[in-house]
Amino acid sequence: MSQDSTPSTLDILRTAEEWSKAGRRVALATVIDTWGSAPRPVGSHLVIDEDGNFEGSVSGGCVEGAVVSEAVDVIDTGKPTTLEFGVADETAWRVGLSCGGRIQVYVEPVVASPAAG
Amino acid sequence: MDLSLLSDLNRIRSSRQAGILITELSGGAQRLVYGTDDFASDPLADELARRFRSGKSGRLETDGGAVFLTVCVPPPRLVLIGAVHITQALVPMAEVAGFDVLVIDPRTAFATEERFPGTVLEAEWPEDVLKERPLDAYTALAAVTHDPKIDDFPLQAALRAGCFYIGALGSRKTHAKRLERFAEAGFGPEDVGRIDAPIGLDIGAASPAEIAVAVLGSVISALRKGPEAA
Repeated sequence: MSQDSTPSTLDILRTAEEWSKAGRRVALATVIDTWGSAPRPVGSHLVIDEDGNFEGSVSGGCVEGAVVSEAVDVIDTGKPTTLEFGVADETAWRVGLSCGGRIQVYVEPVVASPAAG
Repeated sequence: MDLSLLSDLNRIRSSRQAGILITELSGGAQRLVYGTDDFASDPLADELARRFRSGKSGRLETDGGAVFLTVCVPPPRLVLIGAVHITQALVPMAEVAGFDVLVIDPRTAFATEERFPGTVLEAEWPEDVLKERPLDAYTALAAVTHDPKIDDFPLQAALRAGCFYIGALGSRKTHAKRLERFAEAGFGPEDVGRIDAPIGLDIGAASPAEIAVAVLGSVISALRKGPEAA
């Protein structure tokens, strides 16, 4: 129906659940907005664990490194955060989208509720 | 995200259900709305209805701040009753357009692997197949056998299941007789009004392949613009 329900999206949410149930501390990153030419559509996911292992993509590989390091912080603090990447802003010297687009990425921890142990 | 919420979301995805996860971007509070919920009184009711139809995830500004809607809907499916000439043209077109396609025809002369290579084909009665693979709101059904013994049951099942598109091949005269039978079976005018007949967009289609284009056009219109547009 939509590009959002591609099998790769399904796999990432499944992977996040599996990693979390296996006792790994996990964060989920989601593309929540795009402007201009963006490599991955809104709704694309990246799953990250505390050691920086990850699956999925939120760009064509341009900003995953930065998202992963932010995600490790999110796992530590337990607080969600919103990141923005674009080639034309002040972060361009560090990471950016070579395609010239801009994306917003929401990063949240996956938390096993106390009842579930 | 709470792990139990993530598990619920994955359960929805694996069982051909629909759900929308609503995330408040400041603070991170989350809730899950099922497609089967009565969400008419939800503050986001209109937006939820639109998103369940489009299947598109996205960000939304609300009175309570920005939210992100993670939309999970099953991939659209097209069930074709009748392995006829039109169906042979329609199957590859529908597959290219992104539909999961299922062809059902109990007449083994029609439902052959040679005529439908690589297609999900069931040479059984619709009554039996649909028991195993029930229709749902993300399924379109087109009945093209011309035979009420084969077509009527799945058409009525599609009305009950709320399929997003229901089409039936046949002349106006044939359809008028069908409506009489359906009225006797207890279907009201509003129900049977949902059946697209004569089937397909009015493009003057003449050959089986052209009729297939017309049918697929109607299915896509119902998918993207809502059932009332078909």
